[in-house]
Amino acid sequence: MKKSVFFGVVAATTMVAGAAAAQSTLEAVKARGEVICGSNTGLTGFGAPDANGNWAGFDVDLCRAVAAAIFGDATKVKFVPTTGETRFTALQSGEVDLLVRNSTWTASRDSELALDFVAVNYYDGQGFMVKKDLGVSSAKELDGATVCIQTGTTTELNLADFFKQNNISYQPVTVADDSEAQRQYLAGACDAYTTDASGLAASRATMPDADNHIILPEIISKEPLGPVVRHGDSNWGDIVRWTYYALLIAEEKGITKANVGEFASSTTDEEAKRLLGVEGAGDLPAKFGLPNDAFKNAIAAVGNYGEIFAANIGEGTTINLARGLNALWTQGGLQYAPPFR
Amino acid sequence: MADTSFVRDQMLPPQAPPVSEAGVVKWLRENLFSGWFNTFLTLLGVLVIYWLLAASLPWWLNSVWTAESLSQCRDIVAATAGEGATGACWAMIRERWHQFIFGFYPPDAYWRPVTAFGLLFAAMAPVLFAGNRRSLTAILGAVGLFLLVTLGLTGAPVAAWVLGLGLVAGLAAVAQVQPAKLLWFTAVFPALCFWLLWGGSVWTPVVAMLGFVVMGGVYLALVGRSGPTTAALAGVFLALLWWLFVDVPVTRTVDGVLPLGLAPVASDQFGGFLLAITIGVTAITFSLPIGILLALGRQSDMLIVKTLCVGFIEFIRGVPLITLLFTASLLLQYFLPPNTNFDIILRVIILVTLFAAAYLAEVIRGGLAALPRGQYEAADALGLDYWRAQRLIILPQALKISIPAIVSTFIGLFKDTTLVAFVGLMDPLKGVTQIVRADINWKGIYWEPYIFVGAIFFVICFGMSRYSMYLERKLKTDHR
Repeated sequence: MKKSVFFGVVAATTMVAGAAAAQSTLEAVKARGEVICGSNTGLTGFGAPDANGNWAGFDVDLCRAVAAAIFGDATKVKFVPTTGETRFTALQSGEVDLLVRNSTWTASRDSELALDFVAVNYYDGQGFMVKKDLGVSSAKELDGATVCIQTGTTTELNLADFFKQNNISYQPVTVADDSEAQRQYLAGACDAYTTDASGLAASRATMPDADNHIILPEIISKEPLGPVVRHGDSNWGDIVRWTYYALLIAEEKGITKANVGEFASSTTDEEAKRLLGVEGAGDLPAKFGLPNDAFKNAIAAVGNYGEIFAANIGEGTTINLARGLNALWTQGGLQYAPPFR
Repeated sequence: MADTSFVRDQMLPPQAPPVSEAGVVKWLRENLFSGWFNTFLTLLGVLVIYWLLAASLPWWLNSVWTAESLSQCRDIVAATAGEGATGACWAMIRERWHQFIFGFYPPDAYWRPVTAFGLLFAAMAPVLFAGNRRSLTAILGAVGLFLLVTLGLTGAPVAAWVLGLGLVAGLAAVAQVQPAKLLWFTAVFPALCFWLLWGGSVWTPVVAMLGFVVMGGVYLALVGRSGPTTAALAGVFLALLWWLFVDVPVTRTVDGVLPLGLAPVASDQFGGFLLAITIGVTAITFSLPIGILLALGRQSDMLIVKTLCVGFIEFIRGVPLITLLFTASLLLQYFLPPNTNFDIILRVIILVTLFAAAYLAEVIRGGLAALPRGQYEAADALGLDYWRAQRLIILPQALKISIPAIVSTFIGLFKDTTLVAFVGLMDPLKGVTQIVRADINWKGIYWEPYIFVGAIFFVICFGMSRYSMYLERKLKTDHR
């Protein structure tokens, strides 16, 4: 009897202590005064620091939007560069609050690694680049080709699957990173270079003879890239997810960085009013534990999804990526936000 | 009278040696074409050099120094050297050199690492050139000149000029009178360097250094009464108490009364050579004493000491450095309570130091083993106790023998600091290079960053190597 009371007390104390220790991510972020985002150590167009050390890019802007939603200030953010090896551990161990660094959403990462992919901000897929004078117009004609491929990536496995399925052979030339791949490919060490299509486009854009290279139409894998949070703090996941959706809804409704203030005061669209936290349209943003004008601040800070895309990687930039799958659902793409109500 | 007409009465003038035995021809014949095999090798060598030059010389000659982007570089090369020509694009270095050197360190505070770097030499000089007044003065003069130039270039505030140059002038004055006393500056330099690099309140390093004063005071007070071992243990114990319980409140109080400090710089703003040198120099400095202790421990007769040392050395040497780095960056986070922020650079420095110490221990053990047994016996016969015997007889000889290997380990350690790229730190070789390449303007640039970083690494490592040769010459006492 005595013993069980003792254990009961111990258990209760532990639980209380545990609950006290389990501060939610949002509280921790607020207490700290900044959001810590795990970023790529440098990926063209998606996230890299410029000559002055300011981070810029498609992924980076999403992180800034989250900071703007929480603090109303997009500068209250710190970027921790993570490598392919350290990224998930950095997230799990709490070193970063969220990961915005071109990570592919897969079942094993969702389950085994105890992570939550909260959205897909870029639908990518693996493609091939070849020299024009190779005379190849489809990846299926690459029988016997030498292919430059980065080691230790999912692209390596996809490549093997693709060639096996199509019953053709290839010779892999393994390289360590993108710059080496580009070099080997240009030097003629391999006939084709394969990686994510966005990466191919960026590489091609910077080649001295870009016109002599084509990206083949086949996309041989699904690479949904998106922000990642830890398991177990659903509210934090919701904040990131809905900040992202807010940017999508903004594009859908034509709310931009420039007109968001005016839009909020003049719109008659009820959903937009709720999203922007207009007076008398409810307090939905506050339900996330955010200020009521959180999403308005996020849009004002970085612009809507289309603007972020256009500014960092879209047509008109050197990388010159078409919207493709990343167009809004209304324009034939996959980017679709649930209703904000 | 004998006919002497056939006898010469004057010397013939000396003839020039045959063409094949003099000058360039002789040198060539003896050194390059002394046989068919060597002739073949020479021709092969010439051919290889020709190929290398033919392939790379135009690239070097067509270097572009001013451009906005890689494609602009290519246009300039094409315009000046013709279509299809290649050329180096050093414009990238011109735009990004500060990231290779300082990482993300705030530009208006560049004078701080620069001052720390200059003073580093002032602090090392008394150790490297013990008591040599002329060398000391020369080095301090060079440091002063270096600070004069770099402080001007980085636009340092007046206080920095006063601090840096005043310090150097003071040290130079001391060097004239009592060069040995300069070691005191070496002792406080780590604290000064920490404060300059990371900023914050000046009292943090001062109060932390007081811990050592406590340690030394307790040791001196007790050593006469209870022997060196007990005194040292008591000193360390009290110093630990100081750091754990007294340090923080005292720092806060003093800082509250007299706030004085620099703007703090977070560890994640460190990068490039600033990071490499910070990690390298700290690890080198601390690994040598730890390595010596480990080597002595491994030779010890005491079972526990010996087992601990052997276990530590073998464990660390049996694990790749990269594993230790991952441990530092990832595993430690799991063991520490959530939201503890144990500085990543500090974690890495500790692990790198331990790694180097294990290697050094074995190097020094080699030196200890090379000493004839007679030296140990002689020390015993003189009646010296263990520590005196080590300090006066054994270690000076053992370390002298080990110099080349120790410096090799240091050079290896310094180059290994580039491995921190794998834990997301901004090392000059991979970290900064990757950032630069991620910029759409410089994407596709390949050799230039490597050459730039390689050249700086070479200068530093070559300097270390030359110094070790100087030291060997200076300490040479045999007459071989």
